[in-house]
Order: sequence, then C-alpha cells, then structure tokens
Amino acid sequence: MADLLSILPQQLVFGVTLGMVYGLIALGYTMVYGVLFMINFAHGDVFMIGAYMGWAVLVAVIDAKVMPINPLLVVPLMMLPAMLFAGVIGLGLERLAYRPLYLRGATRLGPLISAIGASIFLQNSVMLTEGARMKVLATYRVFPRDWRFDILGVNVSVLVLVIAGIAGIMMWGLNALVQRTTLGRSMRAVAEDREIAAVMGVNVWGVVATTFFVGSALGGAAGVLVGLYYTQIDFFMGYSAGLKAFTAAVLGGIGNIRGAMLGGLILGIVESLASTLINPAFKDAISFAVLILVLVFRPGGILGEALPDWKRV
Amino acid sequence: MLRLEKIMTYYGSIAALKDVSLEIGKGEVVCLLGGNASGKSTTMKTVLGLVKPRSGSVTFAGERIDGLDTQAIVSKGISLVPEARRLFGRMTVWENLAMGAYTRRDRPPAEFEEDVARVYGLFPRLKERRDQYAGTLSGGEQQMVAISRALMARPQLLLMDEPSMGLAPVFVDQVFDIIQTINRQGTTILVVEQNASVALSIAHRGYVLQNGRIVMADSAAALLRADGVRRAYLGEA
Repeated sequence: MADLLSILPQQLVFGVTLGMVYGLIALGYTMVYGVLFMINFAHGDVFMIGAYMGWAVLVAVIDAKVMPINPLLVVPLMMLPAMLFAGVIGLGLERLAYRPLYLRGATRLGPLISAIGASIFLQNSVMLTEGARMKVLATYRVFPRDWRFDILGVNVSVLVLVIAGIAGIMMWGLNALVQRTTLGRSMRAVAEDREIAAVMGVNVWGVVATTFFVGSALGGAAGVLVGLYYTQIDFFMGYSAGLKAFTAAVLGGIGNIRGAMLGGLILGIVESLASTLINPAFKDAISFAVLILVLVFRPGGILGEALPDWKRV
Repeated sequence: MLRLEKIMTYYGSIAALKDVSLEIGKGEVVCLLGGNASGKSTTMKTVLGLVKPRSGSVTFAGERIDGLDTQAIVSKGISLVPEARRLFGRMTVWENLAMGAYTRRDRPPAEFEEDVARVYGLFPRLKERRDQYAGTLSGGEQQMVAISRALMARPQLLLMDEPSMGLAPVFVDQVFDIIQTINRQGTTILVVEQNASVALSIAHRGYVLQNGRIVMADSAAALLRADGVRRAYLGEA
C-alpha cells in the first residue's frame, strides 16, 4: 500500500500529460465535427504523419552535426514542419475526400466511408514510403535521461514537463483563437448555423478548410510529442491513438472544444490510475467503461448539449 | 435598386417561384404578402443566392447577382433579418453584432464602434444585454438583435422575413416603427409578412404572392383597399 501511494503522484503526472496529448488530438475530431458534423476518421493518421515528420527532422538534425542538440532549438524545428505538413494533409483530405461528397449532396454515410478510405490510404502511403518497421527516435539526445528532478516528492522528467507545457500552450492558443478572433467567431458561426453564417458574408467552405488545417496541425504537433515520449513510431500508431482521442472528444461532448480538452484529461488520468491501482491490462477496458457510464447519464458528453437530431452522430 | 425578372426557382421538380418579376426602388419600403408556402421566403433566398433560380435574372444596383455566391451577394450591400431570427444563440449579443459586421471586418474599428453605438441608440436594451448569450434573450429582444445584426453591415437593401412572427402585438408595432425609422435613415427595405395590415401601413408598395406567382402589385394604400387582400390577409369576409 505504501508502495502504491508513493507511485501514485508520479502516475498522476503521467496521466495528466497523456491526457493533454489526447486532448490535443481530440481537438481535431471535435473541431471538424463542429463545422461538418462528421467524424474525420483519418485524423489519427494525420497525427501519425506528424510523428513521422518529427522523426525525419530529428534524424536529419542529428546526422547533420552542424548544431548543438538543444531542445529549445530542436523541438520547434520538429514541430513546425510537422504541424505545417499535417495541416496541409488535413486541407487535402477536406478538399479531396469530403468536400466533393458534400457538394454532391452526400448524407452521413458517404463521408464516413470516405474517411475510413482516406485513413487506410494514409497508412499505406507511409508504410510504402517509409517501410513497415517502426522508427526509433533518439529522444535521449535531446532530453538526456538524467534530466529529471523532484517537485514535492514527485520525480518528473523535463521531457514530460515540456510535453505538458507545449500541449497546454496549444490548447490555450486554440481557445483564444476560437473565442476571441474574427476567424474563431466565423468558425463558431458556421458550426451553429451554416446558412446564416453565409448570409453574414462568411466563406463557409473557406472556414471549413481552415478548421481542417488548424485541427490537423494540432494533431501533427501531438504526433511529435508522442513520438518524443514513446521513442517508437510506426505507420499504424494513428489507429489506437485516434480511437482514444475520439473517445476523449465524445466523453467531453463532441463539437465542444473545451469538452475535448476535459475529455482528454479525464481519459488520461483514468488510464494512469487504472494501470496503477488495478492492472495495466485493464486500462482500456476501464477507460471505455467510464465513457459508457458518462454517456448513459449524459448522452451528449460532459460539456455537450442535447443536440437536435440532425446534428447527432 | 433590386429587380427580379421572370424568376423561376425549383425545389427538385417543384416550382416554388413561377415567373416572378418585381422591382424595388431606392429608398422604398416594399412588402411582399402571401400565405404559407406562397413563395415569399423562396424569393428572399433566391435574392441571397441560397437557392439558385433556374431561369430569370436578379439585378442589384445595376449588376446581375444571380449566380453569385451568397457571400459575394451580401458583400454588395444586402442584409437579411431571417425568419424566426436565427441568432447565433451561443454567442453574446455583442458577438452577434460583430458577425453582422463581418463583411466590413477590414474597416477601421472606429467605424464598427460607431455602428454599434447606432444600434444601441435604436435599441438601448441591447447595451445592457451586450454580454448575454443571444439564446437566453426574450423573443422581442432577439428580434432587436436580429435587426441590429443586419444593420451592422450598413446595408443598402434590408430584407426582412416575417419580422412580426412570434412577437407580442405591442412589440410588433414597435418593430415596424423601427423599420420606418431605418428606412427614413436611407435604407431600402423589402419586408415579407403574413401580417398584411401592419406591413402595408408602413410600406410604399406591395406585391401579393400566391402559389409562387405574383397575383397583385400596387401601392400599399390600394392593396389595403383591394378586396382580395382584405379577404385573404386582413381576416375580413
């Protein structure tokens, strides 16, 4: 028991960090759902592509041997291209896999199937170009293993703090974007009433595309963070991470941005507690049990509202 | 200022507007009367490009606008007060006004503040409610926001779809007073109404739509006297 208590705070820190990363990915699902009422099942693969981009930059930086391996330099160098590339992939998905369907009057099912197809396409593209074997990130070159310290008796690594910090800043930034800028306001307008948003002069498809870009860029950033943390990535990693993040989005209330962040945090904490207190093998079962329980009592998710029928999944 | 010529609009294979031609001159208040499903709202949607006419033309300020995107059409100076208001309920009153000014988002902020002050002048209540979510307001207050939101674009032409719908009678008069005030300040207005008497009382001219066809067009005073209008819309036998 004493053992358990001593590792509990550590596990909590881990759970919060994991939860913030889930939240970061979940934002992509929830933002797209907000404006198009569809689940972009290829989002997990956009996240995976972000991880690959980060890996490629890290390998290049280490091989080039032209600069010191300083996290302040290397991390942004990994994040920026990963976010940009993931964002562009998101734009491509919207333009090629979804918009043509909606413009031809597709209902719910078409875009969903298209999303699954896009997901398989992205996975296979990466598998064929990068190989099916996993890639290893030399995270220890950026964040040496002894970069750890104690806060209030909890031993944390600098890497975990950096991951939590970056995820936190991004969520804060997105929240500010959505709540306080004209672009964010037009996103909310499109989410609430697309026709009236158009009557206000909003370029609706432009806003949809921007939403895909931003959501995908955040997913790409999460990919880099997860790659750095787990140090191993493969072309299939988007599947399980995507499923978890999607769960987080539904848990918090799909379509609700703060809900996605909250759902991610709850999921991360539940997982880490379940691993510690019960059994790591059960962590997924327990996470999904929590999801089911929440949905039984609050079908719209924790921060979700009762949606009109046409907006339901 | 706005001219519709021989407009045919279809929903699938059903004709919603049949050969509709109408004209609104600068500075006028024109009302479009008609019962349910007579094509009033479809006329507005056609003007705004929300539905595309199959044939015919829409001209605004001398320029063909049918075929343009909604976004492009409203940027030319047309605003809508939609049926049932359709505010952004999860935005504050102030944010709704900001959305109304969307086509003018590149203008200096001072102009925006000026416009906000102007609509607060028309509806002092909104100033008190500025940070409240629009969805929590009463029906009358929501209508004030809907009108203000449309005015924020500084429209040359204001389209109003059933502004009296769902409002208490005392508030209906107030809304139409405001419409008249807005018109006197130089905005041309096309108002669609089921409540013919109050609409005709402030309009210069009117059209009557029936099953997607214009069946009458005259001055407001003449329409008020016309037998058909009295029977159909003024509840007289």
